[in-house]
Parts: sequence; C-alpha cells; structure tokens
Amino acid sequence: MTKLEINGIAVEVPEGTTILKAAELVGVKVPRLCYHEDCEPWGACGICVVKVEGSPKMVRACATPCGDGMQVTTHDTELYDVRRTVLQLILSRHPNECLSCARSGNCELQTLSEEFGIREFDFPKRLSELPIDRSTPSIEVNPVKCISCGRCAAVCQQMQGVWALEFLGRGDEMRIAPAADVQLNDSPCIKCGQCSAHCPVGAIYEKSDSKQVHVALADEEKYCVVQIAPAVRVAIGEAFGYESGEILTGKLYAALRRLGFKAVFDTNFSADLTIMEEGNEFLQRMKGDGPLPLITSCCPAWTDYMEKFASDFVPNFSTAKSPQQMMGAVAKTYYAESIGVKPENIFMVSIMPCTAKKYELTRTEDMYSTGYKDVDVVLTTRELSRMIKSAGVDFRNLPEEEADSILGTYAGAGTLFGVTGGVMEAALRTAVTLMTGKKLPKVEFEDVRGLEGVKEAALDVDGQEVRIAVAHTMSNIEQVLDKVRAAREKGEETPYHFIEVMACRGGCIGGGGQPHGATDEVRSMRIAGIYKDDEKSVVRCSHENPEIQRIYKDFLGEPLSEKAHQYLHTHYKSRPVYKLKD
Amino acid sequence: MSEERSQVAGSAGDEKLTPELVAFVEEWKPQPGNVIMVLHQVQEHFGYIPRSVAFEVAERLDVPVAKVYGVITFYHFFRMVRPGRHSIAVCMGTACYLKGGQDLINELEMLLGCSNGSVTDDGEFGIEAVRCIGCCGLAPVLTVDGEVFGNLTADDLPGILAQYRGK
Ligand code: SF4
Ligand code: SF4
Ligand code: FES
Repeated sequence: MTKLEINGIAVEVPEGTTILKAAELVGVKVPRLCYHEDCEPWGACGICVVKVEGSPKMVRACATPCGDGMQVTTHDTELYDVRRTVLQLILSRHPNECLSCARSGNCELQTLSEEFGIREFDFPKRLSELPIDRSTPSIEVNPVKCISCGRCAAVCQQMQGVWALEFLGRGDEMRIAPAADVQLNDSPCIKCGQCSAHCPVGAIYEKSDSKQVHVALADEEKYCVVQIAPAVRVAIGEAFGYESGEILTGKLYAALRRLGFKAVFDTNFSADLTIMEEGNEFLQRMKGDGPLPLITSCCPAWTDYMEKFASDFVPNFSTAKSPQQMMGAVAKTYYAESIGVKPENIFMVSIMPCTAKKYELTRTEDMYSTGYKDVDVVLTTRELSRMIKSAGVDFRNLPEEEADSILGTYAGAGTLFGVTGGVMEAALRTAVTLMTGKKLPKVEFEDVRGLEGVKEAALDVDGQEVRIAVAHTMSNIEQVLDKVRAAREKGEETPYHFIEVMACRGGCIGGGGQPHGATDEVRSMRIAGIYKDDEKSVVRCSHENPEIQRIYKDFLGEPLSEKAHQYLHTHYKSRPVYKLKD
Repeated sequence: MSEERSQVAGSAGDEKLTPELVAFVEEWKPQPGNVIMVLHQVQEHFGYIPRSVAFEVAERLDVPVAKVYGVITFYHFFRMVRPGRHSIAVCMGTACYLKGGQDLINELEMLLGCSNGSVTDDGEFGIEAVRCIGCCGLAPVLTVDGEVFGNLTADDLPGILAQYRGK
C-alpha cells in the first residue's frame, strides 16, 4: 500500500494507483479529457496536471502513480490558470458548432468549458479541413471536431484489438484515420461503435437514421412495426434521469406506440427463437454432426471480425441468424400473413444498443429472406431517446404497456442476450434440457456471469462433459481461438464445445449505440437490471415460451426445418481486412 | 496474431520486398523498434515506401498495418509517393516566402500540371515545398536534385526545367 496526502487529506491506496484515481477516493475530481478508465493512460491532453511537493514540474495525474509520502495539490489558482490555457488551446482547434452536434448536452469538452466559465476565446481558430468519413453504415468520423485526445484509437486498438484507427501524421497535421488512405468502411473496422461511445466530443457518432423512420411513420401505405433489443430497456432510462439498470420495458412499449408504431415487438422473443435454432444446432454438433466448437454469431461486430481476422472459424459459426434478423424475417412472413398485410407494406424498425446492427441489415443476401429487406432501419438507443423527446412524449409519466402478440412474449432466457454470458446461459437452459430430457433443477449458470474478459466452465450433463468459454471486449477473443487452433494443429480434442463472443465490454449493455458514459460501474448496473428482468419472468427457458411453441406449430414446423433454414439461417465467408483502390 | 491482419482486396501495387530486404526483416523481427528500421531500409531501396510494401512489412513483422502507417506518417523523412526523376525543392523559409516562394510554386504547378507534394504523370519532376535551406541571401531559392538556383522570378522556371527534362 502507498500512503500519501491529497490536498492535505491522507489516503492509502494499492501500489500503482494513479494520482487521479487516488483523488477520486477522497472525493476530488481532477479534470480529464484523454483519459478513460477503459484504457491505459497515455497523457495526451494535459488538462489533468497537478502539483507534487518537491517536484519542479507539474505532473499528469492520469498517468502518474502515487508515491509514498507524496503531497499532492490538485486545485489552486495556478493550476486553474494552466488548465484554462490548455482548454483554450484545445478550443482553438475545435469549432463552435454545439447547436448541431451529436454530443451537445453531454460533451465532455462542452462541460469543461462550462465549468471553467469560458466566455471568449484567447487564441485564433485553426480548424482542420478534412472531410467527414461517412463510408460505413454505422458511424461517422468528423476530423474537424477531433481534439486529438486519442481515446478512439486506444479503444479500437487496446479494447477491441481491431486497429482500424491510428494517429497519422504529427503536430498540427495529426489526424485520426485508418491506414493506407482508405475510408473506414474499407478498413478493418468492425462497426462496433466503441470509438463513438468513448469520444469525449462529437467527432465520432452514430449514423443517424431517424429521418427514414419519421418518413415511414408518416406514410399511410406503410405498416410500421418495431422491435426493441434486451439491452435497450436497462439503459435508455439514463437519458430520462433514471438510474442505470432500471428496467423500462413497459414504458418503452408505450413510448413506441405513441410514436406511431402499429405493433411493438420484442427482440427477446426472437432471442428465444435464436436459442431454439442454435440450441438444436449445438445438440446436433454434440452428436457428431458438424464441427465443434460451435460459436455464437448474434453479434454482427464479432461476425465481421471473424470473417476478416479469423475466417478459419467459418465452419464453427452458428448459422442461426441474430435475433434482430430473425424478427424481421418472421414479421414480414408469419406476422404479415396473420394480419393480412402485404410484406412489402411492413416497415420494420429495430431499436438496438449497437451501431454494428446498422451494418448487419445488408450484410448478405440472407438478410432479404422475405424477398424484401427483412429489417428496414436500425435506431440506436441514443437515437430513440432523441426521437421520444422530440415527439413530446413525457417518458417518465408513461403507463406500462405490453408488447404485441404474436412476436412479443419472452422468456427470461431471451432477455439475457443483452449481457456477456447471456446467450450461453440461455442456450444451456434449453440445450441441457434437451440433452437430458429433464427439467432443470436450477436455471442459473453463474460461471458465465460477470465482467471478466474470458470465462470458462466445464459442465457435467448426465455424465457428458460440456466445456464452454465466454469472451467479450473484442481483444479477448484471440486467446480463446488460439487455444482451439493449438488443439486443432496437434490433432487433440477441442478445448471447448461451445463459445460465446460479444464484441463490446459487458455485452450489448455496453454497446456502441448506448447512452454515453459507460464505465464498469454503469455496465454492472445495467447487467444487474438484465438479471432482474430474467428473475421476474414467469417463464425462464426459451422452449417454454408459449409464443415460441406457437410459431413452430403454426409456421416453422421443427427447429432446423427447411422453413427455419430459409428464414432463420445464414452463412459466413472470409473477407479482406483492407479494400484498396488504385 | 494471424497474417490475416493485412489481407487485402484490390491491388496494393506491384512492388515487393527484395530477398535482401526480406532477410533484413527477418533479422529485425524479434527486436524492438523493428518497424522503423525496416522502413528506413525500404525507403533506401525504393526511394519511398510503396503501399504494397507497407502491407508486406506489416504482415512479415506481424504488426497491424495501422501501426506501420502510424510510423510512416509520423516521420517527415518517409515518403509515400514515388519521387520524380528530378526533385524540385522550393524553399519556404521566411526570406524566400517573403520574396515570392509561393509564386514559384504556383508557376511550377502550372508549368508541370501537378501540385505541390506530388509528381508529374510522366514521373519526370516532383515538386516539394521545404523549410529554409540556408541560402537566404539568394531568396527566393529552389533546388533541383540538390543544385541551387537563386534570385528567381517565375520567368526563369521554364529554362531551368528544360535543363533537366529527359536527362
Ligand atoms: S475522434 Fe474523438 S476520441 Fe478520437 S482523437 Fe478525436 S476527439 Fe479523441
Ligand atoms: S467502430 Fe469499432 S472497429 Fe470501427 S473504428 Fe470504431 S472502435 Fe474501431
Ligand atoms: S487526462 Fe491526463 S493527460 Fe489527458
């Protein structure tokens, strides 16, 4: 342990703790811009400087570890002036475009300017003239607003292991961009949107598709239906003054009806459907029909990663589509028939915690299995909260409503798709039941829960060993794949039978389209909300969901039937990491 | 990390590491600072860093392409375009700038049909603005392949180009 004083307050911290973290422990917030707790500090911006008794230079609190006996001053007039100058210099490279900015109202730079009472600018503006990169369907990168803090590159490289973004050039010319002068869509980018969730300003943000939704809602010909993903319900409250993790499913349904949707469905229903297909696929493979490990494929950022960086695993991927795409497929067939509306008139919108879901819509021709685009538009949680506010819907005072039949009921298993380990747990609930033919004595699988990067477990299913692994935060996956590769090369038995992967930290609850400000504390609260939603469900297993039983009886036949394959399955292929033009 | 990290669709170009360069890469691979050492060697050989070679270097060193480009663009020393057979460097130090360095660049761009920092289509000339080259007394100044021309006006330029064209 290290003992020190911060502003005269004694504090004891574990060795290696930074001054910034130690200050938080005694209730002192040192301002920061480049630092984010998800990444190693790299000390780029200089706003966090503090004084250490006996040291001639000010030090960066985010990157300086505490020392024994240190006496630190975090706030005084001189530090205030230095920070103010740093801020003024940053502002000289940043446009005053708050009114039209995606981060207005929760921008970290705007907040600092407010706190420092900036009323005029000390230095002339020198703005970048580089164009906005609008190449991906998921996010946009606007170099004019970039303050070169480097968070996005750190996140893309350290957390996600993708290396799509890098600092190019130096000094005044420095910019954040993909290598080799390609646009982001031709780079390794997997569209996870973590850069947009971490950028302190509005330089990287989700591509907005709300206009399309407004147009469709106003079109009398269109029958607009909507689905909401599990992770949205425990995070959207943050935009309306609720605590993270508050379950707002009923109010969300009500809000969507007020926006004009004719039917409100739940992606949790189609998550249950995914489990039926994927669980049975797992059983088949356990019986020797198809390669093991089976690997989950409901995260489109992960499938993009795999197709680019790990295409040796194409045969291991579950061919089951993601819940979002399954919902689109059954809404434009099964549901359309049931209400007598032509599929071309159904307009399906998804509310997702994810920017990669926007990319998934047109991923392959399988996403048009109904003969139309199965899902028309994806809105992220952030976009939906704006839409609710601009429509004058008083969210906090909405009544709780129910989802619409026949695609609305969900089991607790379905809601678990929102967290890391959740797809595995949901799949095990059904697969183990199918393997043993017995009802589960206990539906919780605690080994797969929590924020640890890789979780492993071996289950004993009536004497048969089932080895599983769960990975989240994209950079954690390679170690799991490498174990499988090593066994493959040596001709040994696979170390795992089933692997779940989600690209974002904590799973979808930490998705790139969720409200800003996710930290592990916030993620844990959202995760707790999801488990609570599961616990309060009457039905906990996907195969016991009555609407699931009905869709198989009335429409699909059996899991993995020909019809199920036609609408609910897809395929994968190797893709280049870079697409170069001459 | 697998070699798939630098897998490419479309053409990155035809240039490839020579066997000597490959050996150099292998020798440096386990050592820290290998990217920059290899890039120096590559530029020495080609006169610039061809895109296809940048990708090949990333693959052979087992590092992300973005890291290689981070290094290439950080150091002004590295170039990403093939230099012209004759390189024209126009001084933009304070003295030259005040005496019309920019006019020289504008005129060269017009005469050659290529912009500052690039190379003519036939590969004959490359134009580049550079920092003070220390001949302020002769401002405005430019050099062609290192040879200094001073006290210039735009009218002198066609004559200078003629001395080098096709040589
Ligand atoms: S784009 Fe945003 S996160 Fe990335 S360097 Fe610029 S300001 Fe920082
Ligand atoms: S979306 Fe994800 S992969 Fe793409 S640049 Fe951002 S962090 Fe990197
Ligand atoms: S927050 Fe410490 S240098 Fe940016």
